[in-house]
Amino acid sequence: MEIDPFIFRLSIFILSIFVGYYVVWSVTPSLHTPLMSVTNAISSVIIVGAIIAALANIEGEVFSSSSFFGFFAIMLAAINIFGGFLVTQRMLAMYKKKKKDKK
Amino acid sequence: MSANLSAVFYLISGVLFILALRGLSSPETSRQGNLFGIIGMIIAISVTFLSVGNFSSGFIYVIIILLIGGGIGAFIAYKIPMTAMPELVAGFHSLVGLAAVFVAIAAFINPGAFNLGSPGNIKLASLIEMSIGAAVGAITFSGSVIAFLKLQGIMSGAPITFKGQHLLNALILISIIVLTYLLCSTQSSNLFWVLIAISFLIGFLIIIPIGGADMPVVISMLNSYSGWAAAGIGFTLENTALIITGALVGSSGAILSYIMCKGMNRSFFNVILGGFGGTDQVSTNQNKEQKPVKSGNADDAAFLMKNASSVIIVPGYGMAVAQAQHALREMVDTLKKNGIKVSYAIHPVAGRMPGHMNVLLAEANVPYDEVFELEEINNDFANADVAFVIGANDVTNPVAKTDPQSPIYGMPVLDVEKCKSVLFVKRSLSPGYAGIDNDLFYKENTLMLFADAKKMTEDITKNL
Repeated sequence: MEIDPFIFRLSIFILSIFVGYYVVWSVTPSLHTPLMSVTNAISSVIIVGAIIAALANIEGEVFSSSSFFGFFAIMLAAINIFGGFLVTQRMLAMYKKKKKDKK
Repeated sequence: MSANLSAVFYLISGVLFILALRGLSSPETSRQGNLFGIIGMIIAISVTFLSVGNFSSGFIYVIIILLIGGGIGAFIAYKIPMTAMPELVAGFHSLVGLAAVFVAIAAFINPGAFNLGSPGNIKLASLIEMSIGAAVGAITFSGSVIAFLKLQGIMSGAPITFKGQHLLNALILISIIVLTYLLCSTQSSNLFWVLIAISFLIGFLIIIPIGGADMPVVISMLNSYSGWAAAGIGFTLENTALIITGALVGSSGAILSYIMCKGMNRSFFNVILGGFGGTDQVSTNQNKEQKPVKSGNADDAAFLMKNASSVIIVPGYGMAVAQAQHALREMVDTLKKNGIKVSYAIHPVAGRMPGHMNVLLAEANVPYDEVFELEEINNDFANADVAFVIGANDVTNPVAKTDPQSPIYGMPVLDVEKCKSVLFVKRSLSPGYAGIDNDLFYKENTLMLFADAKKMTEDITKNL
């Protein structure tokens, strides 16, 4: 009997939860805020679904009701992607080591 | 682009996202990690364009909208002050949630585009996944909006409770499950809209009873939800990148919520059911007036610190509110010039989100190797001369160790009272968020400095 592709995706999902579990526990507590902003940015990869929806026009028309939702979702996800990564970058740039005092 | 090839690329971007989180294990590797995340995102988006293969006028619109959204995001990212980070993250969560809802709606209206069947005849598994994605997305959205309003101060941070609240929430949750079941058997679009509507409602209802200082848990929890929503949509779209990311973000948020709950010694359900720090605990206030309190001014504080050899700073949410982090660092610089050893002690739940204090100190150019977590530094208080508590309260309360009746009993606290002297910057003697009196105020070796945190630190610097 053939295995349903769903099972493969479920396996990926479960294994990723474990990967996430171990990776996140090793994140240093002082970087928990950047962790939240970067997870925010990467979860906006949902934009791939939005792009598919926006470009799937049925009768050659650019704006159908479903593509409208797609466009809207692209907008929201794009704010998150740029905002999330850039704000993370900005925060991480501030974390500096102690400079050797040359007094 | 063939489906197999694009699947491989989605897998690569999923792996890059894992590396992005992995980089955060130390500040040195974190910037590289962020870069991996960005590359992963670029791969995922490009592959999607190539596999859809539609470069007609719609493609131009997509690019334009992408750039408009990106511009808004970039603008916010550069303008936002670091003290507003909790609000920003809550706001961003709401966008992920709403985007998930929109993608689910688009897939429901036009399932053909995603190879899920035809309208009114969507594959059962897809319909379930879609409903989960939409419901969790909607909860994330409305919950985050409430969290945002509370953090921003537009809405009062006080918990809003009413009779039958838990019963109502339970009923709504059950009806979400029932509706999902009915939706799968009837494929009715009306049911789909109702499902989304009540999911919005429940997200709103579960966040309003949770008070301001529990926000670290709420934000992490919503972080987790946004991940599960993304994973639900990932299953619908059969997209590996989205499934991996959803799982990563979901577990990340769950771990953060766990760490925050542990930092308060409360169970997750205790926080979620809410109402903590309400009006029912103020009964201990009567005998407060009789107890003597030593209060001092900036001059006294400067004198104490000048004669110390080591000082530990304990920042809290009050520092963020007063925007005192830069003034604080200037004070510390002056202390260091006088040869005094200074370190910072951070409680896990200080501030309004995980790591909030660390970011603010980093912004003020405090090197991260002078900043310590609770377990790392707690033994040092006994050897330190001065503890400078600025804007923190409940996290220093010794009652958590001594009084089993106290609502915060068992919560890990910073052993500030073991210091030779304690300087406590606070605007008044009012109890903290937990609604209980802090014994520290009345200790022999405590000097209260009643003032705005920023002004007081500046004054101390002048007097040093």
